Amino acid sequence: MPAINHSRKRVIQLVFISVFLVIVVQLFNLQIISNKYANLALNNAVTKKIAYPSRGIIFDRKGKAIIENVARFDLMITPSQVKGIDTATLCRLLQIDTAEYHKRFVSSIIKNGSYRPSVFESFVAAPLQAQLEENMYKFPGFYLSERPVRSYPFKAAAHILGYVAEVDTSIIRRSGYFYQMGDLVGRSGLEKTYERVLMGQRGINYLVKDNKNRIQGSYEKGVFDTSAEAGRNLYSSIDIELQQLAEKLLNSKIGSIVAINPKTGGVLAMASGPSYDPNDLAGGAFRKNWGRMAMDTARPLYNRAIKGQYPPGSTFKPLGALVALDQGLITPSFGYGCYGAYYACRRPVKCTHSGHGHAASLRIALANSCNSYFCHIFRMAIDNPAYRNPTEGYLKWKEYMNSFGMGVKLGIDLPSEDYASIPDTSKYNKDFGGARRWNSCNIVTLGIGQDRMTATPLQMANVTSIIANRGYYYTPHFIDSIQDENEGDSVYLSRYRQKHTVTHIADSSYEAVVNGMHDVTIYGTASFLRIPGIEYCAKTGTAQNPHGKNHSIFTCFAPKNNPRIAVSVVIENAGYGATWAGPIATLIMEKYLNDTISNGSNHTLERVSKADLIPAAIKRWYYVRDSIRNAKLGVKDVNVDTVIETIVVVPKKTTFDPEAEPNRNDSNELNIEKGTMLLPDDKKSKPDSTINEKR
Amino acid sequence: MRNDNSIAKGVDWSIIILYAILVIIGLFMIFANEYKEGDNIFEPFFTQNRDYGKQGLWICVCAVLATFIVLTDSKFFTATANLLYAFGIVLCIAALFIGSEVKGSKSWIVLGGFRLQPSELCKVFTCLALAKFISRQETDFSKTQSQLVGAAIALFPAIITVAQNETGLALVYFSFFLAMYREGLPPFILIAGASIAVILILSLIFAPITLLIFYSVLALLVIFFTRRLFKRTPILLWIIVATWVMASVISSLAIPYLINNVMKPYQRDRIYSLVGKPYIPQNLEERAELEKLKAKTKGKSQNQSEYNVIQSKIAIGSGGFIGKGYLKGTQTRYDFVPEQRTDFIFCTIGEGFGFIGSVIFLLLYAILLFRIVRIAERQRSTFSRVYAYSVASIFFFHIAINICMTIGLAPVIGIPLPLISYGGSSLLTFTLLLFILVRLDADRQMILR
Repeated sequence: MPAINHSRKRVIQLVFISVFLVIVVQLFNLQIISNKYANLALNNAVTKKIAYPSRGIIFDRKGKAIIENVARFDLMITPSQVKGIDTATLCRLLQIDTAEYHKRFVSSIIKNGSYRPSVFESFVAAPLQAQLEENMYKFPGFYLSERPVRSYPFKAAAHILGYVAEVDTSIIRRSGYFYQMGDLVGRSGLEKTYERVLMGQRGINYLVKDNKNRIQGSYEKGVFDTSAEAGRNLYSSIDIELQQLAEKLLNSKIGSIVAINPKTGGVLAMASGPSYDPNDLAGGAFRKNWGRMAMDTARPLYNRAIKGQYPPGSTFKPLGALVALDQGLITPSFGYGCYGAYYACRRPVKCTHSGHGHAASLRIALANSCNSYFCHIFRMAIDNPAYRNPTEGYLKWKEYMNSFGMGVKLGIDLPSEDYASIPDTSKYNKDFGGARRWNSCNIVTLGIGQDRMTATPLQMANVTSIIANRGYYYTPHFIDSIQDENEGDSVYLSRYRQKHTVTHIADSSYEAVVNGMHDVTIYGTASFLRIPGIEYCAKTGTAQNPHGKNHSIFTCFAPKNNPRIAVSVVIENAGYGATWAGPIATLIMEKYLNDTISNGSNHTLERVSKADLIPAAIKRWYYVRDSIRNAKLGVKDVNVDTVIETIVVVPKKTTFDPEAEPNRNDSNELNIEKGTMLLPDDKKSKPDSTINEKR
Repeated sequence: MRNDNSIAKGVDWSIIILYAILVIIGLFMIFANEYKEGDNIFEPFFTQNRDYGKQGLWICVCAVLATFIVLTDSKFFTATANLLYAFGIVLCIAALFIGSEVKGSKSWIVLGGFRLQPSELCKVFTCLALAKFISRQETDFSKTQSQLVGAAIALFPAIITVAQNETGLALVYFSFFLAMYREGLPPFILIAGASIAVILILSLIFAPITLLIFYSVLALLVIFFTRRLFKRTPILLWIIVATWVMASVISSLAIPYLINNVMKPYQRDRIYSLVGKPYIPQNLEERAELEKLKAKTKGKSQNQSEYNVIQSKIAIGSGGFIGKGYLKGTQTRYDFVPEQRTDFIFCTIGEGFGFIGSVIFLLLYAILLFRIVRIAERQRSTFSRVYAYSVASIFFFHIAINICMTIGLAPVIGIPLPLISYGGSSLLTFTLLLFILVRLDADRQMILR
């Protein structure tokens, strides 16, 4: 028995040893062989905190900051630390009731858990912030956290600058998860284009957290941390005073103004109406206002200067003249006998003048804006004997157009620029049921900037600056230089420093056109518009469009010799080019060139800026919206009868969204003069009411 | 008979030194868990607002108690063994009725400011009672009847403990079979019991096919090494083959069948969570049912142990070869491992000191266990020997199960690491166990009955 028991002692020892060995083997496996645990531990306990640098500032051409950063504060809450606070006082300060307080309290626990801070009230107003700071000791668990917000001291240039907002999931995905939820990112305008420059270099701090994600301090005393670098500033060509004037002039109008310095391509002002105060989309105001603006039928968020597509109308004529001159089809002295309409095609194209000799030469024809003359030379270009058929002639003509920047994206430093339309031959092949089934007569109104041709105000301004420069241009842009510019920035700026020469049209051709445009302001369609002490060149345009009254268009540059500014103005549904767009454009030029506006012009300025040219249908939309809102709010004292009287009843036929369907060709009003000509489109077009229903 | 000239005569200092080292390691580990930069280190010992402060106090209490035990006459323990056992049982039953509920188990008696777990203390009394029974002159432990009585003495407190919903503690009482084996329990019981336990755990942890291969290799190895014995006892081969078949059937058929067809989803979830495996039902309906169940418990997963084991493995695994250093472990210092001052204290060692530290730490335990076995074998009286083996078995069971569960080799049954884990009851129990042994050993020349 003792012998057996002695061996049993050995067995027991063996059991001990074997179990310990198993443990050691497993430890070896966990701690030495498998290396995933170290990473898992790091993921568990170490968190990256990103330090956000302040965004870069944008300056105008005179060095004024047109966009700045100001500090705003968020009231943060850490629910687990909130104990025995005076809820009533806090609610009174924040002007909320206790029910709302509890709602926010619970939702912050749901969102972030009770151990981590979450936002209780974002972007606290300055006076409230001061009050809260004073009383903060009374509210354990609450604290104020600073957050920089964009601020716009001039309250202008909203469309140019764009806005900054929190990223959404698609941006995060597209950025390759560079951005994280809650990051602010430029969502439009220059903020978006120059995002990488403005945002600066984000810093990363490695922090240790516990099982409830509470930060416990820096990891390894911060040896892996990188510091944040502030965003770089941008120096733009914008003249903020000119910009403010442009926006003032567009008050109560739908349209756009673009002013370019032709020598550099730098955009001096770019306004789109209706506009908005950029401060309305900064910080906390974004959430409040964005939805309303996005839903607005007049589309204040829409930058019509680069996205609005308008038939250029008569303002296209100088371009048509340049093509004909360059192809050698006409000389500046070429004249055309117009007797009130262009009869060469089946349907006559009406002309505003009928007196003999109003198209006796190119110069005179330009000054009087003779439709017949330009229809004729357009047909000459299409039917150019140098090419075998109208299709080839047309393609050559289109090539000219594209080299002038028409129908192509110019490449301005704003996102989502539109290329508008110089139609492709395939479009016409489809319209007319095949190639060779159309000729210069079918598309004759292209010669006077109608038909399927559209251009953005920016393209019109660019064409004007090409004429002003007598043949070259720099791609229009806002940003001239970047602070501490490095090689990587050439991505942004190199294309704006490259001179583009438009084909090789002779200077004499340009002189002829410039002289014609000058005559416009002397005895032509814009003769009553003067800039004190400055000779300028201009072209009016009255563009017919499918959406109602004609668009009022004006392109001009000044001074005539050695031009310093080129302007294009489009006012939607406002009538003759010289009536509204003309005065606006001359005021812009006067302000820029003379730095002030003379007393005489001040009167015009007041008159124009007060004029309300918003189409009736849009007014009606506002009226309906407001009355629905009032009805919902339970306002009973709205006297419907009195209000309705001020409302203009809108003709049913018209639709008021030229941008949504820029190339739409379904209206009877497309014809140059009602009933004078019937385009193939019109034959196919259905009554408007059915189309409206369909859309 | 004790020599009055020296209290310390015959006292085994190596045990006391090992005890002191382990207790101090424990204190440091609990401290490492709790200490945050900038805290006053010594204040909690006076204010008692931190666990390591409380543990410090408990260590002092235990030191006093240990001194008293060493000063006690050895005959006291033999004389009162049965009485103490009865007292322990009464306490356990009392806890069942008047005890306060902590984490779902009614095993605590609150006395003033302290909480006591009688089922912990009862281990000491059971050791004494078992030793007393086996050392009786009329007991012949080679007889089955005596063995049954011994088993009953060992398992009776276990039954009460199960009733208290402390399954983990109850399992500890099975460790007495190791002591009884030394005294003549047939090895078959031990082997069969251990094998079934191991097979059950293995079947949960590993895939059936892996186990099948493992068993087959093991069986072939055993047959190869014992092939010469077959001629003498041909039945041995059949026993091995039968064992192999049985193990394979249990692992690859019985257990999966039981889990997949008999158990309810939440039970399955629990079973898997014990070994730290996530349970994802293949069946869509079942998955929905389980999700609903989890939603009902307000996100508190039934499956808490699964999280514990994963975090524990991360903590230990991230220690690497030499560890992150004392007070540098991110997992254990920032509360990622739950219960890390009690059941999962080993994580702190594994993360802070790595493989090297863990092995040295295990070596300390191994030395302690071997020392106890050595002490056991040098006793003249059966009482002391049985008691010593019981102590060794209890220590071994606690160490093995506790460490195995932190490294994902054993189900999480919530038993503390001896002398290291935070907790007064547990420290007190192990102190009593060890110092009674030291006292008995000091009188090893005496015949105690």
